[in-house]
Amino acid sequence: MPFKPVILWTDSLIYLLLIVVIIFACYVRRNEHLLIPWKRVGHSVSGMMALTVLILFISIGLLDTVHFRSALESNNSMSTEKIYDAKVLSLFDIIATPLRTNIEKTYSAPFATHLYSKEIIELPQGGQIREFPRLKFGGAHLQNPEKQFSADIAWRTAEGLCFGFLIWLIFVTLLVKLIAYKSGMKFMPVLSIISRGETEIPWKYIFIMSALLLLIFGITLSLSTHYHIFGTDKVGQDVFYQALKSIRIGLIIGTITTLMMLPFALILGITAGYFKGWVDDVIQYIYTTLSSIPSVLLIAASVLMMQVYIGIHPELFDTMASRADLRLLFLCIILGVTSWTGLCRLLRGETLKIREMEYIQAAHAFGVSHWRIISRHILPNVLHIVLIATVMEFSGLVLAEAVLSYIGVGVDPSMISFGTMINSARLEMAREPMIWWALLASFGFMFTLVLSANLFADAVQDAFNPRVKTLRLINR
Amino acid sequence: MEQELVIQRNEVRLVNYIIRRMLYAIPILIGVNLITFTLFFVVNTPDDMARMHLGIKRVTPEAILKWKQERGYDKSLIYNSAENGADKFTNTIFFEKSTSMFVFEFGRADDGRDIAHEIKTRMLPSLAIALPVFILGLVSYITFALIMVFFRATYIDLWGVVLCVAIMSISLLFYVIGGQFLISKLWHLVPISGFSGGLDIGKFLVLPVIIGVFSGSGASARWYRTIFLEEMGKDYVRTARAKGLSESIVLFRHVLGNALIPILTGAVVLIPSLFMGSLILESFFGIPGLGSYTIDAISSQDFAIVRAMVFLGSFFYIIGLILTDISYTLVDPRIRLE
Repeated sequence: MPFKPVILWTDSLIYLLLIVVIIFACYVRRNEHLLIPWKRVGHSVSGMMALTVLILFISIGLLDTVHFRSALESNNSMSTEKIYDAKVLSLFDIIATPLRTNIEKTYSAPFATHLYSKEIIELPQGGQIREFPRLKFGGAHLQNPEKQFSADIAWRTAEGLCFGFLIWLIFVTLLVKLIAYKSGMKFMPVLSIISRGETEIPWKYIFIMSALLLLIFGITLSLSTHYHIFGTDKVGQDVFYQALKSIRIGLIIGTITTLMMLPFALILGITAGYFKGWVDDVIQYIYTTLSSIPSVLLIAASVLMMQVYIGIHPELFDTMASRADLRLLFLCIILGVTSWTGLCRLLRGETLKIREMEYIQAAHAFGVSHWRIISRHILPNVLHIVLIATVMEFSGLVLAEAVLSYIGVGVDPSMISFGTMINSARLEMAREPMIWWALLASFGFMFTLVLSANLFADAVQDAFNPRVKTLRLINR
Repeated sequence: MEQELVIQRNEVRLVNYIIRRMLYAIPILIGVNLITFTLFFVVNTPDDMARMHLGIKRVTPEAILKWKQERGYDKSLIYNSAENGADKFTNTIFFEKSTSMFVFEFGRADDGRDIAHEIKTRMLPSLAIALPVFILGLVSYITFALIMVFFRATYIDLWGVVLCVAIMSISLLFYVIGGQFLISKLWHLVPISGFSGGLDIGKFLVLPVIIGVFSGSGASARWYRTIFLEEMGKDYVRTARAKGLSESIVLFRHVLGNALIPILTGAVVLIPSLFMGSLILESFFGIPGLGSYTIDAISSQDFAIVRAMVFLGSFFYIIGLILTDISYTLVDPRIRLE
C-alpha cells in the first residue's frame, strides 16, 4: 500500500459522532412527531443560510479528519517492509498540497510578489544590494510583476468567478432536479416557484448563499495556487492554509466536548430528578461544587496537570501528531467535565417535572422498571433540551479555544488553530509596519464560523422551544 | 408597636438566613478544596512535578528531594505514619497545603514571595477593572435591551438583535487587539497598557473597561431583551395598559421593576465570566491584578499560585452567590426567608 491509514483519537470520536448523527437522522425521519420541529428549522431563512455555510466548514473539517501516513521511497528494493513517513497527512492536506508546500522564507503580505523585509542579495556580476527579494512561489510566474500584476489578478479572478459559477449551475440543476423528482413536478415550474421564494424550505436563499460561497471558492481556488492570498507567516507558511486547518480544531472542540459532556449531564441530571432524596442531594452537591470553581481556573489547573503527565510520559506517543492530538482530546475531556453542570441542572429540573406526569405514574402502577421508565418515557422528553444546549454551546466553545490558547492552556502549540494563529500574530502587532493579515484571516474565518453557528442555534432553539413560540404569539 | 415587632422579626429572619446561607457554603468550599488537592497532588505526584520542573531527563533523586523540600512537598499525602498522635494528620501535604487555605494561608510562590501578600496588593487593581465593567455593563445592557423592547417588532429591534449576534460572534481577543490598535496606536487617546496607583489611574482604565463592557454586550443585551419580552406578556402589563398608562410608563416602571429580579439572579452568572474577562484584559493591558498574576503563574507553571487562585476564585464566587441571594430577598418582597 502506498499509504497507511492513521486513526487518531479525535478522528475516531468524529466518526463515532457522525454515526450517531446519521442514526439519529434516520430515527427522526421515521417518526413524524420528531420531524415537525426539524421542519420548522428548515423553514427559517437565516437558519438555512447559516447551515449552508456550516456544511461547507464541516466538509472541510471532515476532509481534514481522514489521516494517513504515506510510504517513503526506499532505496533498498530487497526489503519487503515498507517505511512510512513520520508525518501524518490528511486528505485535505493532499488537496491543498500547493498551499502546504509553497513555503516562503518569512513574512509576505497578501498577494505580494516580494518579501516583506529587505535582504542583502548577491548580484550575479558581483557586489551586493539591499532590496525586497522576489518570493519563491507567490506570483513567481510573472516576469515583470509591476506591469503584469493587476492584469493577472483580474484575469485569474474572472477565471475563478466563471469556474465557481459553473459549479453553482451544476449544483443548482442537480438539486432542483431532485426536488422536482420528489414533488413529482416538471423542472421549470419548480424553478419558477423557487425563484419566487414560495417554497417552504427557503431554497431561494440557500441558492443565493451557495452561489456566494461557490464564487468565493472559485476565486480563492484560482488565486491561491499562484499567490498567498492571506500572506505568509514568520516561517513563510501560507496563512490561508493555516486558517483552513484551524477549522477542524474549532469543530472538534465544539462537538467532541459536547460528546464528553453529555454522559455526565444526562445520567446525573436524570437520576437526580428521577430518584430524588439522597441521590439528588449528592448530585446537587457535586455540581454546585464544580460550578462554583470559575471554569477558566479549573480548566487551566487541569490542563497544567495534563501537561505534566504528558511531559513525563513521552513514550506513550509515536508521532508528534498523535501527541498533539491526545492533548486536544484531553482538552475536550477537561472542557466537557467542567461544563456539564449547567445542562445537568436543566435536565434535573425537567425530569422533576416530568416524573409527576400521569403517564409516568401509570407506568409505575404497571410495574415498569426504573430503567425502562427512564429510557422510554423520560429520556425522549428531555432530548430537545439536550439538543438546544448542544447547539448553543458550540459557538461558545469555539471562542473559548482561542482564549485558552492565548492563556497557554489550549491546544498544543505545534497544532494550527485559531487560538495559536491569533497568539502568534499578536506578538507581531508592535512591528512597524504592522503584520495584520494573520489576524484578519483568523478573524474572518472565526467570525463566519461562529456567526453561522449562532444563527443556526437560534433557528433550532426557536423551533424546539415551545415557550419562545408562545412568546412570539403574544407579541403579534 | 406591632409593626415594629414585625420589622424586628424580619431582621432576625434575615440574619438567620445569612448565617444559614454561609453554613451551606462550607461543605462546598471543602469540596473545592478536595478537588484542588486531587488535581494538584494525586493526579501527578510531587515527584512528577519536580521532574517536570527540573527537566525530564538527567535529573537526580537528590535534586528532586531538594525541590520537594524547598516547597514542603516532601511529606506523605494524607496520612503520615512516621509521626505520633495528631501529627499523623497535621504533618502531611494535605493538612499543610490544602487545609491551610481556609485561613488564607497560601504558602510561598516559586520565586519565594508570599502568595497571600501578593494577592492582597493585587486585589485593588483587579477590582478597579472588574467593578466598573460589572456595573457599567449591567446599566448599559439593560438600557440597550429596553430600547430594543420599546421598539419591538420594528427594524430597530431586528437590527439590534442582529448586532447582538454579531457582537457575540467575535472573540474577546479581537476586541482587545482592535481596541488597542485603533484607540491607542492610531489615535493616541490613551496609553496602550500600564497602570498607576495615583490619580491618573483613569486613563489606564478607560480602554479596558470599555472593551470589557462592549464585548459582553451582545449576549447579555439579547438575553435581557427576552426577559423583558417575557414580562411584557404577563397579566399585570395588560392591566396597566387597560388603565390607560402610556407605553413608556408601563415599560420603564412596571416591566423594568419586575424584570430586575431575573436579571439580578442572572448577574451571578456573569461573575465567572468576569474572571475570564479580567484574565485577558489584565494581561493585555499590563494591569498588575489577580488575572495577570494567574496568567503569569500558568505560563511559568507555578502550581502553588494556580492552586491558591482556584480556591480564591471559588471563594469569591460563593460570596457573590450569597450576596445575590440576599439582594434577591430585598428586591422581591414575595420571597420568604424560610
